[in-house]
Amino acid sequence: MSDLVVDVLTGAVRGGTAIMFAALGETLAERAGVVNLGTEGSMLVGALAGYAIAAETGSPWAGLAAGAVAGGLLALVHAVMVVWRRSDQFATGLTVMFLGLGLTSLFGAAYVGRAAPGFDPVAVPLLSDVPLLGEILFQHDPVTYLSFLAAPLLWWWLRSTRGGLLLRTAGERADVLHVHGYRPGLIRGAAVVAGGALAGIGGAQLATAYAHAWFEGMTAGRGFIAVSLVIFAAWRPLWVMAGSYLFGAALALAPALQARGISLNQFALDALPFLITLAILAILGRRTLRAAPEELRRVFT
Amino acid sequence: MRKPLLLALLLPLVACSANTTGTATTTSGGTAAPGKDSAAVGFIFVGPKDDYGYNQAAYQGSQEVAKAFPNLEVITAENVPEDDNAARVMNSMIAKGARIIFATSYGHLDAALKVAAEHPDVAVVQQGNLITTAVPANAGTFFGTVYEPVYLAGIAAGKATKSGKLGYVYAFPITQTIDNINAFELGAQSVNPAVKTYAVSTSSWCDPAKQAEAAANLLKQGVDVITQHQDCTATVIKATEAAGKFTVGYHADASAIAPKGWLTGSQWNWGPLYTDIVKTTLGGGFTGSKYNANFRVGYKTGENPFVQSPYGPMVDEATKSEIDKARELLKTGSPFAGPIKDQEGKIRIPEGTVPDYTTIEKIDYFVDGVVGTLPKA
Repeated sequence: MSDLVVDVLTGAVRGGTAIMFAALGETLAERAGVVNLGTEGSMLVGALAGYAIAAETGSPWAGLAAGAVAGGLLALVHAVMVVWRRSDQFATGLTVMFLGLGLTSLFGAAYVGRAAPGFDPVAVPLLSDVPLLGEILFQHDPVTYLSFLAAPLLWWWLRSTRGGLLLRTAGERADVLHVHGYRPGLIRGAAVVAGGALAGIGGAQLATAYAHAWFEGMTAGRGFIAVSLVIFAAWRPLWVMAGSYLFGAALALAPALQARGISLNQFALDALPFLITLAILAILGRRTLRAAPEELRRVFT
Repeated sequence: MRKPLLLALLLPLVACSANTTGTATTTSGGTAAPGKDSAAVGFIFVGPKDDYGYNQAAYQGSQEVAKAFPNLEVITAENVPEDDNAARVMNSMIAKGARIIFATSYGHLDAALKVAAEHPDVAVVQQGNLITTAVPANAGTFFGTVYEPVYLAGIAAGKATKSGKLGYVYAFPITQTIDNINAFELGAQSVNPAVKTYAVSTSSWCDPAKQAEAAANLLKQGVDVITQHQDCTATVIKATEAAGKFTVGYHADASAIAPKGWLTGSQWNWGPLYTDIVKTTLGGGFTGSKYNANFRVGYKTGENPFVQSPYGPMVDEATKSEIDKARELLKTGSPFAGPIKDQEGKIRIPEGTVPDYTTIEKIDYFVDGVVGTLPKA
């Protein structure tokens, strides 16, 4: 039994990492007052760029950087449209997502089934020998270790730095920025692009560290899950981290049970991650909206 | 057989725009032999033609038809969903002069039968499914007995395993897959009676992240040979190879990405069968031919379009000769020759019975030795 718990939690970290990067990126954008439904698209272009550049250069690190750039560039389309052209955030986000899907399907065909170097698990010395926790947390790929730092770092940055303050102000009271001579549009745009870059890193992690393959549409909705996670984590990075692992655990439960021959309704297991999301949203109800950045609430209502 | 959600949302738009000419189709009288002297032949695929799997193999088959009949126009359509849009795409092909249509995915059957009913002069053949009602004069299904080479590969797996645990990553519990999982276990059992096959479903024809999780969990449980029934196969193979375990392939020869652990596998070769179907139909002989039915080929007839992949370096001569012997037996027998017990130990096919292809395609239980549960419909 404890063995099952360890496997599910290990799988939670394995499967939750890509979602966490995307959700942290979405947190950045939303804290600045912009909803980016194009996150799924940024993950996809990040996955393809990550895999393709790793294949071409032989370096998964170059792939990871390319994933960040590609995710950021796609998010730039969203930023330009919603921040400067003031287009509808939801319609634009969905269109950007389809743009990412179309672009990757067009340029990705050459990389389906192609071999590329990827990130392999590296056990952290000493820490990986700690009973239970060692296996759950410290026998992963290097990008996963980076993700352990990403959430606390983002939390600290938003809370304690001038940059973080400006970004939050753009999301709460953009007018205040105007008064002080800042351009809220620029700050929002930068937040959306940086968020897209994080989603791109998530996609690259998915392709080069987790699945070790590129395939059309391989993110399979994980970008949308990231968006809903941000809402139920009430825009707080550390809760986003926890939520990503919760979702990862729900995804990991089915294969862990099946590999033991334990019979549960397969279709129910597959629906579990989504049921959990819905349940949490239902429990929190309008309370989630009260935690929303002021400017974002205008988008929603 | 893969249907990504987003593509499914997008493609109706594509299919609609391709259909503008399709509505003007006229049907000639029912007297002409379906497909006779057709100027074109149409192929629809559910996925992309370069998926290194099921759809790519079908596409290659269509290109062999083009080579065999240089005067025949070969029209192909990729990413055709398994719903009414398939009928529209087929109709637009008919409008372009195709009177022979290949619908190559399991879920294309309903649309194929609909098109066949509307166009008595068009021969519509469907790959992989089964017509359960009376077969119309201008329709049919065809398939190879995929589970036969899978049974042979199971022998290689049963010989190679040290832990006695085999893993099977699959998508959905359709009969084709159930037959494959059962045949794999039965093949392994034939040389290693205590062996178990752990079946894990991903509920998707291609979700590499779910495949990675399935493979990780199987490996953790001590499984040391993994095979799969997925449309994209690289993720599971790479995970298995990285763990230093054995791979049995499906759809294509992937030994290049598993140079150490590759045992063998099963792969498609549709060209000869497609070509013969087209030849028969062009000559006006479709109705009443073997293709105007649920046509199945296997080792009995020696023309199975599903063939065994080359061996990897770890397969020894003793194993190869076991497999050769079994292949001979399949010419008269079946992987499902009785007695076959289900997971509860109940005899489902009695001793001495060699079930026919149709019976095998209706098996809806896992055999004894498979670990895992089929979802109840």
